[in-house]
Amino acid sequence: MELFNQIFVDPFVTMYELPDLLLQTLWEGFVSGTLYSLIALGFVLIFKASSVFNFAQGIMVVFAALTLVGLHELGVPAYLALLLTLGVMYLLAFSVERLVLRHMVNQPDIILFMTTIGLTFILIGAGELVFGGEPKAMITEELGLPTGSSDWDVFGGIVIFQHIDIAAAVIAFLLILGLAIFFNKTRIGRALRAVADDHQAALSVGISLNQIWVIVWFAAGIVALATGIMWAAKSDVSFALQVVALKALPVLVLGGFTSIPGAIVGGLIIGFSEKLFDLYWGVPILGGGTESWFAFIVALLFLLYRPEGLFGEKHIERI
Amino acid sequence: MTLAENIKPATGETILSVNNIEVIYNHVILVLKGVSLNVPRGAIVALLGANGAGKTTTLRAVSNLLRGQRGEVTKGNIEFNGEQVQSLTPNELVRRGCIQVMEGRHCFGHLTIEENLLTGAYTRQDGGAAVKDHLDLVYQYFPRLKERRKSQAGYTSGGEQQMCAIGRALMSKPSMILLDEPSMGLAPQLVEEIFDIVRDLNSQEGVSFLLAEQNTNIALKYATYGYILESGRVVMDGVAKELRENEDVKEFYLGVGGEGRKSFRDVKHYRRRKRWLA
Repeated sequence: MELFNQIFVDPFVTMYELPDLLLQTLWEGFVSGTLYSLIALGFVLIFKASSVFNFAQGIMVVFAALTLVGLHELGVPAYLALLLTLGVMYLLAFSVERLVLRHMVNQPDIILFMTTIGLTFILIGAGELVFGGEPKAMITEELGLPTGSSDWDVFGGIVIFQHIDIAAAVIAFLLILGLAIFFNKTRIGRALRAVADDHQAALSVGISLNQIWVIVWFAAGIVALATGIMWAAKSDVSFALQVVALKALPVLVLGGFTSIPGAIVGGLIIGFSEKLFDLYWGVPILGGGTESWFAFIVALLFLLYRPEGLFGEKHIERI
Repeated sequence: MTLAENIKPATGETILSVNNIEVIYNHVILVLKGVSLNVPRGAIVALLGANGAGKTTTLRAVSNLLRGQRGEVTKGNIEFNGEQVQSLTPNELVRRGCIQVMEGRHCFGHLTIEENLLTGAYTRQDGGAAVKDHLDLVYQYFPRLKERRKSQAGYTSGGEQQMCAIGRALMSKPSMILLDEPSMGLAPQLVEEIFDIVRDLNSQEGVSFLLAEQNTNIALKYATYGYILESGRVVMDGVAKELRENEDVKEFYLGVGGEGRKSFRDVKHYRRRKRWLA
């Protein structure tokens, strides 16, 4: 009976009694949700265009952030460093296409997947070699990102909004909006969707797959850089960050591997649910620490009952 | 319209010539054993034969889509507009004006009909206005596509998808279209409709066609010249009209007459030997 109360009664009583705490949790869930969405978005972009599950997406986030901070440490002004980092991400996309994908055409998906694992270690090695392995602080202020926080008096309590979180949400929103426009309104975007639909047909109309791959990997690189900046601003730039990127996995299972809206909604669901669960159920019943695994349980449930995810692309089949 | 009107004033110029090519899949499976053919500028040339004769492989060899299928041209060469093209990518070839419409339509199912058509213009550099004009032109030839322009291609009918695939190829402003099995899975009436459009495109836009077809009857009705492939070799070729009246062709491919003979192998060698050494 006590357990029943703990599961079905107490959490909701707490929510009702301390609405400011609930609001605070929702906000935190929202912010981490947008970041999960962004990481998942990087995966989806590459998966759609080349059916490669890019295991290296997580390390790309770290690598991008590390390059940015590292360049700044070398005395490069912040904005210039940002531009240079974009250049580095382009170079990365270009070399991945030239050195890896081009030679892997027609290989089974699992081989490509293994290749991206290899890429992960190359990026870890290269990052450590050039910029060192110790954690660095993100150059938040130098980039003109807001710091500090605002309090909001509400429901007899206060809710704290970190300014960097607000900025993260806004930037994520703009990035997603930009990608949506790019995909639906531009020539290249249309070609990207065409490639996602049918590689052979795309080739036959003269779309160059090599060019498309460079573009998607670069787009994924940009997304990785944005995620890296936001995430590192909340903690540090360190290789431990890539573990966070693994959270994108349940997000993808939830949203479907091929759906951009799915990545966004999936990210938010995971963000909200893991924060709420940890605070209201995890801490009182299990003693906390549920955030690291809760998302995977949700993913497992989804795999059992809806393996194509919420928004997974349905096969159009004429009868 | 009679066949004679169909032929452009004979310039004698060849737009595509395939010279004795050999194609091997997966390094071991020999599919084409020395195929040669010519397409005069402004002609519709039919490539006929049964399943597995090598029609699709020939077209793929020309359009350079073989690599994606683990095939390669190991001997011979292919000239388009006088230029050797076998080492070009499909993208470069489309830019030069030669595009393939693949067997089985291959429309982009999740894109709308109009978006499908626009992807055809991917390689074009002449600006949005020109592409828009061209789109209107394609809609003139395929009024049905205009009606369905906002529908997802995956949900349109087989005939509409075939039209979409041809229209998409047209958007690249080609001088030559490699058309693979346009009649596949379509009602006879619709096949006629599509072939009529092909003929109009040929006579009015001056697009040359190399047409792979199993439906010998209709292909020879619209083509000016035909090649018959059997097991990776050209076993016969000739002006379409003559092919149609040839006894053996009638028997093997048009289903007229005959008593028990099933393929050219059992009859004469025709030009096989000569081709083989060429």
